[in-house]
Amino acid sequence: MEIFKWLNSQLLRMDWLSELVKILVENIFQLETSKQLGASVHFFIYDVIKIFILLSVLIFVISWIQSYFPPERTKKILGNMTGIKAKLMGALLGTITPFCSCSSIPLFIGFTNAGLPIGVTFAFLISSPLVDLASVILLASIFNWPIAIAYVITGIILAVIGGVIISNAQMEKYIEGFVLKNKMASIEPEKLSPEERYRYALDQVQDVFKRVWPYVLIGVGIGALIHNWIPESFITGMIGKNHWWSVLVATLMGVPMYADIFGTLPIAEALVNKGVGLGTALAFMMAVTALSLPSLIMLKKVVKTPLLVLFTGIVTAGIIIIGYLFNSFDYLFI
Amino acid sequence: MEVKILGTGCPKCKKLTEVTEQAAKELGIEISIEKVTDLEKIISYSVMSTPALVVNGVLKVAGRIPSIDDLKKMLV
Repeated sequence: MEIFKWLNSQLLRMDWLSELVKILVENIFQLETSKQLGASVHFFIYDVIKIFILLSVLIFVISWIQSYFPPERTKKILGNMTGIKAKLMGALLGTITPFCSCSSIPLFIGFTNAGLPIGVTFAFLISSPLVDLASVILLASIFNWPIAIAYVITGIILAVIGGVIISNAQMEKYIEGFVLKNKMASIEPEKLSPEERYRYALDQVQDVFKRVWPYVLIGVGIGALIHNWIPESFITGMIGKNHWWSVLVATLMGVPMYADIFGTLPIAEALVNKGVGLGTALAFMMAVTALSLPSLIMLKKVVKTPLLVLFTGIVTAGIIIIGYLFNSFDYLFI
Repeated sequence: MEVKILGTGCPKCKKLTEVTEQAAKELGIEISIEKVTDLEKIISYSVMSTPALVVNGVLKVAGRIPSIDDLKKMLV
């Protein structure tokens, strides 16, 4: 247990980095970390470096795993299953497949065209941005393991329930015609050499890094602001624990926003430190990552409005419910 | 030689284009690169993950950027 604790604090929380940055801020910048400005500078530098290190390592490892599950293989696995089991598998496979919304649309077309039930595809589509292994480990780093695990489980349940509702609503007619028109050939998944997997994983790290670094800087910047400059009363007045509307407001604010989960985590962290409910902060984070205007616009190319509205509605409602659940049971986690 | 890069405009598609151009240059062959961003056209090649490379109408690779040596083999 002691070893586990040590690994957790040094590798995940990077306490050593916090100490190093403290030395840097106090001795080189001549700022006291117990004061407002010094604390913000410390938070910013420490969080940015920590997130970038974790992000690079995690994306590399996950991409390596991912290279064993190309979409062609996922499609095959899902094609052999039915019912709730298929939806659960779809949600689980969603956690180890692409990070980018631009890759999820060709995937959606491929699955649907191959005759996978729409509920399974949507279970996959909901879980894919919401729960990925990288975000889970970051959650464990910033909060703790129970929160990270509860987040994964609720995210997967949301994806499965979303899939079930969409499949029961018989929404097949709201898929754009061209998706089903021409039967796509079934391509055999490629056999990759270790060197190719290494290259793929490295490319993924570069790609994700290039895409998310501005969001991380902005996210940590906002986090630092919330942390030390914005008065607590202002934040708790808006989305504090004692208001019934907090989760609702946080979710609805997060839905249209587009940011990466790596950028939203430091904001969630700062919000919780300022006395915002855990569920409210998580709901905000989930809303930002699971839904965004750009991804909805992409999705609109392949599905018609009623299905798009149902999808958005289910995910939004699910996030709100998860938020209230976490708020009610937060004594279990913190 | 007719080369098509399939992708909805992600950064990786740009990178694949660059590496393909370089491979062609090193081989000393003339290629024309067409970027296909239309979803309907992309799926007509049965591709589920982008970027993908099509050489003279044949799908060579999808979902990853090959090394420059592998690309050279695909272009010959």
